[in-house]
Amino acid sequence: MSDTDVATDTAVKPVLEVDHVTIKFGGVVALDDVTFDIRPGEILGLIGPNGAGKTTAFNVITGVYQATSGTVAFEGVPLRGKKRHQITKLGIARTFQNIRLFPSMSALDNVLVGADVHSKVGVLNAIFRTPYFRRTERAGRDLARELLKFVGVAARGEEVSVNLSYGDQRRVEIARALATKPKLLCLDEPAAGFNPAEKQRLMQLIRDIRDAGNTVLLVEHDMKLVMGVCDRVVVLEFGKKVAEGTPTEIQSNPVVIAAYLGTDDEDDDDDAA
Amino acid sequence: MRKFRERAGDWLDDKLTPVGAVLGRKPIKVPLIILGVLLVYALPILNLPLITTPDSDFPNVLFTVTVYAIVAVGLNIVTGYAGLLDLGYVGFYAAGAYTVGILTAYHFAWPFLLVLPIAMGITLLTGVLLGAPTLRVRGDYLAIVTMGFGELIRITIRNTAWLGGTGGIKAIPAPQSIGAPDGLFQIPHLAWDGLNPLIDLSRSTKFLVFGVLDATPYFWLALTALIAVIFVERLVKTSRVGRMWEATREDEDAAEIMGVATFKFKLLAFASGAFIGGLAGALFAAKAGYINPISFPANLSILFVAAVVIGGSGNRWGAIIGAVIVAYLPERFRELENWRLWFFGIALVIIVSFRPQGLFPSYSQRKARRAARQSARLDHSEVTADV
Repeated sequence: MSDTDVATDTAVKPVLEVDHVTIKFGGVVALDDVTFDIRPGEILGLIGPNGAGKTTAFNVITGVYQATSGTVAFEGVPLRGKKRHQITKLGIARTFQNIRLFPSMSALDNVLVGADVHSKVGVLNAIFRTPYFRRTERAGRDLARELLKFVGVAARGEEVSVNLSYGDQRRVEIARALATKPKLLCLDEPAAGFNPAEKQRLMQLIRDIRDAGNTVLLVEHDMKLVMGVCDRVVVLEFGKKVAEGTPTEIQSNPVVIAAYLGTDDEDDDDDAA
Repeated sequence: MRKFRERAGDWLDDKLTPVGAVLGRKPIKVPLIILGVLLVYALPILNLPLITTPDSDFPNVLFTVTVYAIVAVGLNIVTGYAGLLDLGYVGFYAAGAYTVGILTAYHFAWPFLLVLPIAMGITLLTGVLLGAPTLRVRGDYLAIVTMGFGELIRITIRNTAWLGGTGGIKAIPAPQSIGAPDGLFQIPHLAWDGLNPLIDLSRSTKFLVFGVLDATPYFWLALTALIAVIFVERLVKTSRVGRMWEATREDEDAAEIMGVATFKFKLLAFASGAFIGGLAGALFAAKAGYINPISFPANLSILFVAAVVIGGSGNRWGAIIGAVIVAYLPERFRELENWRLWFFGIALVIIVSFRPQGLFPSYSQRKARRAARQSARLDHSEVTADV
């Protein structure tokens, strides 16, 4: 499978380059010499059967794990040795497979925490209520409200986040990630636990996010969602990249069909997980 | 039993929620606040029946209560906002007290008002020095390590001659009086004959003379400090810093990934708490005039945490009320003699079992809990409907 016939212009410098990355946990090779890149303005899907290394790849990009060998570079800057909060500041934001909002904070405050990434307000600014404090606080609140509206939770912004419905919590998480003004938004199985109607709305939301000028990395189990929304898809199996291409190419790729989409049985396994 | 406890907890919640809503939320009327503050300032003068402690000097008790309240506000930043269980807070209290002891009496003779900010600064430094290595451990481990540090400070003082050793520091001078020896003016106290107020000319407070017999000026000083602390703490809490603390408390890993430099903010919380603890300790030393290592036992740390937890972790007003309960009740019921600690213990157990979130938990916690209760009731009714 070649990269040349991909929808996005290959001449553009990638946002993120994953270059020959290997990750070992003791004797287990979770990722084996994986190489792919994410280009600005695209939605890249990362798929694979259970245990293929999707979440590991996700975690190495967001700085939770360090690569055993190989490099991950964001806009040309290697991420090795960077702290997790520094990576967020550079412009990579993520959501979590199992929602991890700040439970007893309001939805708005949750999003504000994201917006605070670029604020330098400290104790002195807060005590003296400096113009800088007031400006950033107001800008943060405006951004947070706008984002809650964008993801469709505006009406419940003052609600404590544990009280929100499951779907709304996922949406607030996306808003919180967007509030950090990321150049790359990583969504970790955002459709988990969604019904078909919710999935449909989620697909639209992801497209809207991309259309607003963001680059999206999507790790997802749901084939229909991935094929429906992604510009390109990378397929992992047993820690190795087995294919890369547009959804149409992937769907007709014999290796992928054999490895992943193949039989109904495999699909069932997948759903059960 | 469990059901009864839950129902009692709910009942208490319904009764306390409106009270807490008034206390914990912003739009209390400004004149009401001013009136309340003035009333508190006047407490030692008014000598109100029932409230006034019959068996111990009331202004003295008020001073202790206020110092505990300052401690509770400081500890609430560490334990309530940032979620760091600190069982060694007495160490900072001691650091503040000893800085005052050493700089005003033991090695130097500087005036108290100059030493006060120095004491707070040194305690802040102590907080940073102790926090930097310990804040990398979490949860229960942090509690154990901080407890160790609290003891470490006490034992170091006990074994260091330069710090006074076991003998402690004596003759710590009072803060500078204004208009000594008789004060600018004198305020007579009230005495009560049943419900009739009488002016007690034999007891009057000299404004503003920090003496040995009358603790009222010390109380005023401490109360002023408490109000200043609350004022500044509120400004910090309602800013980015407060949000970062809460996010760290709620989910440290998620906060880190959302760009919060969690270590930095934990250290900031720890240092702010130490700063305020140092203030409380400094006031204590100036009033007591004599400090020794026995004044700062480990169980005082536990009592401080108890104040915050009983009142409502994460809500400064709750923490202050907790401090009042912890410091005032045992003094008020001194007539029970040895039984009072027994009753105090029972009261703590009752509060914690019926109201584990504290008497006045923070607004969001209250809201979350109520929602959980409602959904539990719904689940329950569904089950019974099926049967």
